Amino acid sequence: MAKATRQAFGEAIARLGEKYPEIVILDADLSKSTKSDIFAKKFPDRFFEMGIAEANMIGTAAGLAFAGKLPFLCSFGCFLTGRYDTIRISAVYAQANIRLVGTHAGLGIGEDGHSQMGLEDVSLMRALPTMGVFQPMDSKETELIVKFLVEEWKGPAYLRLTRQTLPDLYPEGKVFEPCKLLSILENKNPKALLLGTGAGVSEAVGGAEMLSKQGISTCVWSAHALKPFDEKSLHSICHLFELVVTIEDHTVVGGLGTCVAEAFAKLNKHPPLLKLGVQDTFGESGTPAELFSKHGFSASEIVKNVKRFLNGSV
Amino acid sequence: MYTPQELRNITKELRTWIIEMITEAGSGHPGGSLSCIDILSVLWLNEMKEKDRFILSKGHAVPALYAVLSKMGLLAKEELKTLRKINSRLQGHPDRVRLPVLGASTGSMGQGLSVAQGIALGFKIDKKPDSVFCLIGDGESQEGQIWETALSAPKFKLSNLCVILDNNNGQIDGYVSDVMPIEPITDKWRSFGWHVLDIPGHDFEKIIKAFQDARQLKENGGTKPILIVARTIKGKGVSFMENQIDWHGIAPTKEVARKAVEEIEKNG
Ligand SMILES: Cc1ncc(C[n+]2csc(CCOP(=O)(O)OP(=O)(O)O)c2C)c(N)n1
Ligand SMILES: [Mg+2]
Repeated sequence: MAKATRQAFGEAIARLGEKYPEIVILDADLSKSTKSDIFAKKFPDRFFEMGIAEANMIGTAAGLAFAGKLPFLCSFGCFLTGRYDTIRISAVYAQANIRLVGTHAGLGIGEDGHSQMGLEDVSLMRALPTMGVFQPMDSKETELIVKFLVEEWKGPAYLRLTRQTLPDLYPEGKVFEPCKLLSILENKNPKALLLGTGAGVSEAVGGAEMLSKQGISTCVWSAHALKPFDEKSLHSICHLFELVVTIEDHTVVGGLGTCVAEAFAKLNKHPPLLKLGVQDTFGESGTPAELFSKHGFSASEIVKNVKRFLNGSV
Repeated sequence: MYTPQELRNITKELRTWIIEMITEAGSGHPGGSLSCIDILSVLWLNEMKEKDRFILSKGHAVPALYAVLSKMGLLAKEELKTLRKINSRLQGHPDRVRLPVLGASTGSMGQGLSVAQGIALGFKIDKKPDSVFCLIGDGESQEGQIWETALSAPKFKLSNLCVILDNNNGQIDGYVSDVMPIEPITDKWRSFGWHVLDIPGHDFEKIIKAFQDARQLKENGGTKPILIVARTIKGKGVSFMENQIDWHGIAPTKEVARKAVEEIEKNG
């Protein structure tokens, strides 16, 4: 069912808590927003309300990991990754097995504006050695990633989630392949590849449908892992397209677009790359739809951008 | 200078503006705006001189500040309707680039106080007589950065820095006293070297007196920064919002807003 990915996370981790007693959750006065409150009600002894004190929460989580626990620590993405040096030293350098859960990703939160928006969190987390960076596109994929983070991933990881509801996109019956690009929409003789992550994937699907009505065929893929990034799959499919477009609700400096640019730099030949997302500017107040449109990565803006490129006016 | 009675009446009107603004926006923070509006009214309408500065460290209460700025003629009443709308200067949290009178960009808890300290230091270097006022929250006081400034401002002898703590005992996950207690708060700040005043936060006579005391301390050559602990009520003025944690960050419907405004106008 269509849900916000934060909601899917809250439900998934509360379920996994039954089987894995080592899971503990810390939150910094946002448990109703991050949905860690579901776990808190079920396992009050394994939930720690830290108050508005994110740095203390991160260091404490590292300590809990060293004591054999598997801590998930939750807040808005901007406030967690804002405590960068604490993450960098106490958690990552020391190789604490912790899961940072940053909700309220991107412009998608709307009216609260820039200060509450995670807009550089992926770039910041990607820059840290060994850090895994994951972003699901819908509730099903969230469940799968949370399970993967509990059962398989070793070392620190960052999970980026939305405040807003995202439509169901995960292909029915598809076996989860962690850290692999996933095909969402295939079309014959495609001109462009629309590669999205998180909330960007549903915009890409919307854009692809509109383009198809105008006779322009595209394919949509999604990337749930920004680190490690699946360069191999990208290298094998990119030659099928005249254009590759990345779509992300995040700054284009260091996010998915940069992952693709880094992968392309290893090839002698590759299609041109159009990086849609927040274009190195600040977030602001507005409705999510207005903001996606103003910042150029709503479905209709994707259409405009692809057409402009294919018509050679770029 | 307004009398306490005049301020009481003006603030009643500002409370209705806060409710209307947040309702029109469809989102925002009524609880913490209503708890600090009495303090902001006294501060801006009576106490602050032209070159004094004010920093709203608990940035989510910015509708209260927009209301006061509008009353002062620094924002058109009409513009209040643009709160949280696209391209507005009235962002959901203070943006000093769009609206310089805000003095700082805040919304990430714990940061505004350090910025206020920096301005106060700058004034001191230039031997300016002006003061810096800063409003912080009690939930916000759980941030380590607050205590870093609590430590540093006395060292720099910033008697030109006056901090007001909106001590409404509410935050998002519950009561401050449950989530992460900060009491005994006056003892803590005093032991860090601040001059601390402890007042009921909705009593206009007491608020006016506290700011007068603060000014006198500074003018008489005091060397300590000043903290006014204002014992306030979250959601003050609207009975069904008072002390209700759920009214921290949601907008009322038009119907509920009408009831709130009626109540504010009827009572005081
Ligand atoms: C660093 C940071 N963490 C979390 C938040 C989310 N947040 C916004 S308001 C708030 C509660 C604030 O409580 P308090 O300071 O007591 O404000 P008031 O009760 O006056 O509204 C929180 C946790 C934030 N803005 N910044
Ligand atoms: Mg409070």
